[in-house]
Amino acid sequence: MSGGILFWPPAASHHAEQVDLLIGSFGAMTWLLTLPVFVLMAWFTIRYRRSRDVNRDHAPTRNLWVELGWSIIPFILTLGFYVWATMLFLDIYRPPADAVPIHVVAKQWMWKFQHPDGAREINALHVPAGRPVKLIMTSEDVIHSFYVPALRVKQDLVPGRYTSLWFDAEKPGRYPLRCAEFCGTDHSVMGGMLIVMPPQDYAAWLARNRDGGTDGTLAQAGARLFRDLGCSGCHGAASTVKAPPLGGIFGRPVALSSGDTLIADDQYLSDSILLPNKQVVAGYDPIMPTYGNVLRPEQVNALVAYLKSTRASKDSP
Amino acid sequence: MTDEPRFEHPPEEAATSYLADGYSLRSWFLTTDHKRIALLYLVSITFFFLVGAGAAALIRLDLLTPQGDLLSNDGYNRAFSIHGIVMVWFFLIPAIPNVLGNFLVPIMIGARDLAFPRLNLLSWYIYILSGLLTLYVVVGGGVDTGWTFYTPLSSVYANGAVVATIVAVFISGFSTILTGLNFIVTIHKLRAPGMTWSRLPLFIWSHYAVSIIFVLATPVLAITLLLVAAERLIGIGVFDPRLGGDPLLFQHLFWFYSHPAVYIMVLPALGVVSELITAAAHKRIFGYWFVAFASIAIAVIGFMVWGHHMFVSGQSVYASAVFSFLSIAVAVPSAIKVYNWTVTLYKADIAIDAPLLFALGFIGLFVAGGLTGLMLAMLAIDVHVTDTYFVVAHFHYIMVGGSVTAFFGGLHFWWPKITGRLYNETLARIAAILILIGFNITFFPQFMLGYEGMPRRYHVYPPEFQVLHVISSMGAALLAIGYAMPAVYLIWSLLPGGRRAPANPWGASGLEWTTSSPPPQHNFIGQPVVVRQPYDYPLAHPVSRDDG
Repeated sequence: MSGGILFWPPAASHHAEQVDLLIGSFGAMTWLLTLPVFVLMAWFTIRYRRSRDVNRDHAPTRNLWVELGWSIIPFILTLGFYVWATMLFLDIYRPPADAVPIHVVAKQWMWKFQHPDGAREINALHVPAGRPVKLIMTSEDVIHSFYVPALRVKQDLVPGRYTSLWFDAEKPGRYPLRCAEFCGTDHSVMGGMLIVMPPQDYAAWLARNRDGGTDGTLAQAGARLFRDLGCSGCHGAASTVKAPPLGGIFGRPVALSSGDTLIADDQYLSDSILLPNKQVVAGYDPIMPTYGNVLRPEQVNALVAYLKSTRASKDSP
Repeated sequence: MTDEPRFEHPPEEAATSYLADGYSLRSWFLTTDHKRIALLYLVSITFFFLVGAGAAALIRLDLLTPQGDLLSNDGYNRAFSIHGIVMVWFFLIPAIPNVLGNFLVPIMIGARDLAFPRLNLLSWYIYILSGLLTLYVVVGGGVDTGWTFYTPLSSVYANGAVVATIVAVFISGFSTILTGLNFIVTIHKLRAPGMTWSRLPLFIWSHYAVSIIFVLATPVLAITLLLVAAERLIGIGVFDPRLGGDPLLFQHLFWFYSHPAVYIMVLPALGVVSELITAAAHKRIFGYWFVAFASIAIAVIGFMVWGHHMFVSGQSVYASAVFSFLSIAVAVPSAIKVYNWTVTLYKADIAIDAPLLFALGFIGLFVAGGLTGLMLAMLAIDVHVTDTYFVVAHFHYIMVGGSVTAFFGGLHFWWPKITGRLYNETLARIAAILILIGFNITFFPQFMLGYEGMPRRYHVYPPEFQVLHVISSMGAALLAIGYAMPAVYLIWSLLPGGRRAPANPWGASGLEWTTSSPPPQHNFIGQPVVVRQPYDYPLAHPVSRDDG
């Protein structure tokens, strides 16, 4: 047999250790509540078996307080763990402001990563140890799921929408990355590696992998696309076509023609490029053509990164 | 102790048993007798169990090696898809309600038949039609979507006979709905005089609860699957994001059905176990009303927990927090049942026969499955273990360890009533213990695999998981022997010369034990009148196992 055995998965982050502690404590409590039941069941079965002459008088057939007791007390104990588990869960969705944003695009059957400074990689994700990393993820085709057991985190990647998650891997090392949502033929080989590096090694790795300097950072690549695709023709300050200005739009409220107002986030900006008629800005005509068939998700990510980098000013886009 | 009769009905006359009432094919295939239809179901679900088990055997054999030498990636995906589809819709859902329920619901409430006997036959034919279509899918290219049909994989990208599979499941839904409707009307309208709601056996309460789910949940699945088929055929864009659809909408609709479907599989099992425990204990169940209403509570709350399948799907984190809370709440009525069964054994007069062994095995496995379900309801734990073998192990503990064990227990308990024959008790006890051991060896390692990070539906897996997979596969072989044993000694009992069963071999309470084994064509000679509470042990006229 070529295989081995693994008794407990490695934990690469503080969060992973917390999850281990949670399941360990909760497991202990469930044993504490269950073991007496199993013991009693076996004991009753043996003690009160047919062949034995024991006292069977006054066998109870109901007792309201006992019923309420064994319904409510375990429930309340479990609620304590519910609060703990929910707090821990909500943390995964509240990234620190200084988290490194890395874009993830999944497709059948590979993982594509874009680092903010322009480095790109496939099926391997290099991250700095001890620095929070925020993944902004989407899929090109079916639903996939980003799963790193050593981090105890998992998040589906859904076509047509962004999902995200963050982590802070503290221990340098190589940790397997797996697709956890069944995605077709080669689902089980849609793997990869999370490589956690000491920060200086990560910086060196980034410097080596910046695509030979042709693309520059993700935002610079986006700026070039913004020109090449003709976006600036309408959204630029000098344009004669009436299109909303985009400088510094990210994170700002946008009034829509439907009367709603939303905050411009990754999802909104991406939708506006791919499905421009979904949410039209108040006061503008729905004249923008769709780029859904033109752009790959990585290019949309670059455009959005560029829009995030812009500031509102007279001559900005 | 009293001399008053438990049930008043005219003295037994020599009546033709339902089995002796005609031997032609026509007398079986055009029968409207609920007992004969139950046997038609027993044969057909056994067949589909074998189909599903064959797929499981392929899966477990293939997983002996990390690189999966037996099947291709596509072959493996087809094997687990067909395993899930056949086992869920063509075995687990119909198993207890359509075999034991069909046979026992009318008898237990003192009725001559179900309210709509011809509808009952129709639901079997619909089931067979959908089952044949599923078999066509197996041989005609297969399907590789998993039993969950997640979009847009199923609606756009998957290969294979997706539409045919969907149509098969869609059709089978009508069979389920008709059965549910039949049970609800029967339990409301056909109870014998004196069979008040407070005297209903707990088996009936759980079948009432499951019928509500049949009728309310199944149409949602049917419509959802039709939308998937429509998207696949004509691209209507409900779920495909490129057409403006929402893939998560499918998951909401699917789990709105499929979580209650878990309770469809487990509620009848809970009813069976309540009967097995009280009959073996010869004692009134502890907390009748708590056990009865726990079934209804599970059915109702079970409709509000579907989002716990979607904690990592991208649904709102606040929705997840609410679903997590409700999922913990739904565990309460299940726990109530377990506690009540346990106390029922206190000061009881326990006959340790095969049905009790199956029932105790059920409780152990159901508790393990339920508690790991609670772990999965905890958000931070679920994020790590969802879509891994932890989930696979969890739901097999509930569905196989729970439902299938209860089905076997029920089959052993009512076999003398259904067939009029007694089987070999020693072999039955060995089988019950073998199934319990084999099951745990198969599925306990899968909890470990899951926590260590082995995703489900993986054909090729990292080598560090191999030892646990090999243990699991060996357990599956043992489990297969355990499941094959009853097939042998139960069929053996039917051969000429097999031991005849008395009317009440277990000395159990319940109307079904007051009629002959096997029952006459219309269940009772004359109309039974119920005058006592359920589970009114000790019996007025105690009968022992050997007085047949």
